[in-house]
Amino acid sequence: MRALSAVNLLLALGLSPLLLGIINRTKAVISGRSGRPLLQVYFDLAKLLGKGAVYSRTTTWVFKAGPIVGLAAVLAALAVLPLGGVPALVAFPGDVFVLVAFLGLARFALICGALDTGSSFEGMGASREAAFSALAEPALLLALLVFVSRTGTYSLSRMYVWPGAGDWLASGPVLILVVIALFILLLSENSRIPVDDPNTHLELTMIHEVMVLDHGGPDLAFILYAAALKLWLFSALVVGAAVPTGLGSPLLDELAMLAGMGMCAVAVGLVESTMARLRLPRVPQLLTAAGAFAALALAILGR
Amino acid sequence: MSKLLDLAPGAAAPLAAVPVLSEDAFPHEVAHAVEEGGRLAALFGHAPQPSQSSHMGGIRLLAVVAFDAAGRLGVVAGELSRDRYPCLARFCPQAHYFSREIAEQYNVLPEGHPWLKPVRFAPPLPGALPVDPFEGRRTIGLTDYFRMYGPDVHEVAVGPVHAGVIEPGHFRFQCFGEIVHHLEISLGYQHRGLERFLPNAPAGRVLPIMETVAGDTTIGHALAYCQIVEALSGLAVSESAGLVRAVALELERLANHVGDLGALAGDVGFLPTLAYCGRLRGDLLNISALLCGSRFGRGLVVPGGVRFALEPSRLEELRERLAQTMRDVTGAVELMFGATSVRARFEGTGAVSAAVARDLGLVGPAARACGLTLDSRKDFAAGAYASTPILPAVEESGDVFARAQVRWRECQESARFIGCALDRLSGLAAAEAPVAPPRALAPDSLAVGLAEGWRGEVCHVALTGSDGSIARYKIVDPSFHNWMGLAMALRGQQISDFPLCNKSFNLSYCGHDL
Repeated sequence: MRALSAVNLLLALGLSPLLLGIINRTKAVISGRSGRPLLQVYFDLAKLLGKGAVYSRTTTWVFKAGPIVGLAAVLAALAVLPLGGVPALVAFPGDVFVLVAFLGLARFALICGALDTGSSFEGMGASREAAFSALAEPALLLALLVFVSRTGTYSLSRMYVWPGAGDWLASGPVLILVVIALFILLLSENSRIPVDDPNTHLELTMIHEVMVLDHGGPDLAFILYAAALKLWLFSALVVGAAVPTGLGSPLLDELAMLAGMGMCAVAVGLVESTMARLRLPRVPQLLTAAGAFAALALAILGR
Repeated sequence: MSKLLDLAPGAAAPLAAVPVLSEDAFPHEVAHAVEEGGRLAALFGHAPQPSQSSHMGGIRLLAVVAFDAAGRLGVVAGELSRDRYPCLARFCPQAHYFSREIAEQYNVLPEGHPWLKPVRFAPPLPGALPVDPFEGRRTIGLTDYFRMYGPDVHEVAVGPVHAGVIEPGHFRFQCFGEIVHHLEISLGYQHRGLERFLPNAPAGRVLPIMETVAGDTTIGHALAYCQIVEALSGLAVSESAGLVRAVALELERLANHVGDLGALAGDVGFLPTLAYCGRLRGDLLNISALLCGSRFGRGLVVPGGVRFALEPSRLEELRERLAQTMRDVTGAVELMFGATSVRARFEGTGAVSAAVARDLGLVGPAARACGLTLDSRKDFAAGAYASTPILPAVEESGDVFARAQVRWRECQESARFIGCALDRLSGLAAAEAPVAPPRALAPDSLAVGLAEGWRGEVCHVALTGSDGSIARYKIVDPSFHNWMGLAMALRGQQISDFPLCNKSFNLSYCGHDL
């Protein structure tokens, strides 16, 4: 089991940029383009790591610390993330809060780095990120609370054995609500359409991208990689709720989970290809809806 | 229009026929004409040559007022005896930007102007008065901007260097949180000194320059210029040449509107229409290339006609390719307007009221989206547009949706018009007589050229000297009228919606900066 947990972590480290490649390829195919290579994010990371970094004179150590702390925090969060019924490398009661706290720390580091530049653009991006995450975080906790309530434990590794084979028949409505809530949070927390547009060049409309405008070279590589890992993390939370575990053999579970991750990326690509971004003041409504879905699931479960 | 000289676009008149008013009477006469349904198509200064009769050595102002409903132009001049005159903008808001331009070009002070700043930060033109009302503060971008003060108020400065490959311009937003209370736009970075260059330009250079006043409105500006040369030299344009010109103008409109509809989709993150329209714009540009060998229509329109005739085989190919492209465009655009998430972004964003649009003298699709029925193809219909009338697309709501809808309906109307024009062309003798070189221009005359480019009315005015050379050439790109409209559209809007509003106008920087 320990070995499998380590394999899962290595898979996350190795395959997370591929998820972005799958999303981009899906979008390209739907709009009739051939699109960038599937492995483009890997190439970008390699290129950025080979570059030097330029720092504005107005920035301090806070700006340089941002990407490092951000990446470290996401890596720490990954350590408590179970996958395919296999427990995480680190598991203890209460690690669900640790996961959310580390994601919060990553965001805090990034926001501080953005504010440190003193640019009005980055200030706007930071303010938007802070405002929206204040709504996204409770919704995420609420969604995870459904698992807590069902399994009676505060450890992710033991919570996420829940949708086992047959559980979809028993508690389908609850699972549907939780999957929808987590998927909305995935879109929001990973700056995807309809919340943010990862492809835009228009600073005034950006949320995540505008906060990293001043970062370059290895710093930007760290941020990109942390974003890819975060996407993997949220995909795992969604897929863990959608795909039942205990299918017979650990290998089968693992394969089902990886296929689920791929499908999740395709689903993100489909959403991005079929709808426009929301107007910024509408984003809180979407996040509130995610919270409402999770609350409704809790209510049904506690019936 | 009692005291104004009545003039048709594409016609010339002797300068002596233009009524000259005193500096006190001129502003009132112009404001009166605007009140009576006129619109300032151009208002500019010039320094008459000392040899000209009745001239006293000051700066002369010239107003070209367009009476869209009547389909006539009125021209009136004002003689300034001093270095200042009572500002017109106090009772005629659309004159405010023209007054700033005149102050910058000729060092005359419009007394009582509410916000006097240079327009392009360019040095004065030859013949300007000696005392600079701006006291030499003409460094680009360095000027006072309107400021808001208070807790939580912040200022966002964008440009002149932008993300993406676009032209330079500086935008100052006064924001309260995410809401824009005021936007001030400062331009001039693309100033090339065209109006200074044109009077003494070598003959062969003028047309290529006209084609690049605004690179995406090649046909529009070339047409306005050619109308002036034809009016001042008595050249006639054959019907088939007029039809080819109109087809080219509509193809230019189609390509730009389709490209912008795609870009609007891109700005709200709706990818399919962005991708399709990007390709389809290329197809439409290639149809222009089929017409004249240049994707942007360069070298097609020349004084007296067109350089390339459209023979039957190419005519049929053009018709076929346009029909095919329009089928695809229809699919891509309907996909966009059918998506509720897109409509939710377009509707109610960046609305400009009809009253503001009228006061500011907006033109083109931006004005028609506010419910103003003005389109120089219809109001000043001539040539091909007289035989095949255009139905202007008018919407009421004045928001991004209205501007997008106007553009889409104009695309459909242009495609219909091109079909009719091709039908007519195929009945005419295809062989086009080679174009006669323009003879000397009429001396001491004035001519106005007017064309409805895809952004709106392109207005050129030329004054000739006693030797028949161009003494003053004024270019008014539609962007000159409309930039202020964009600033007004942003009032009370989300700052994150600025790129969307901006794209729905898609104004030209170089057309404004000249």
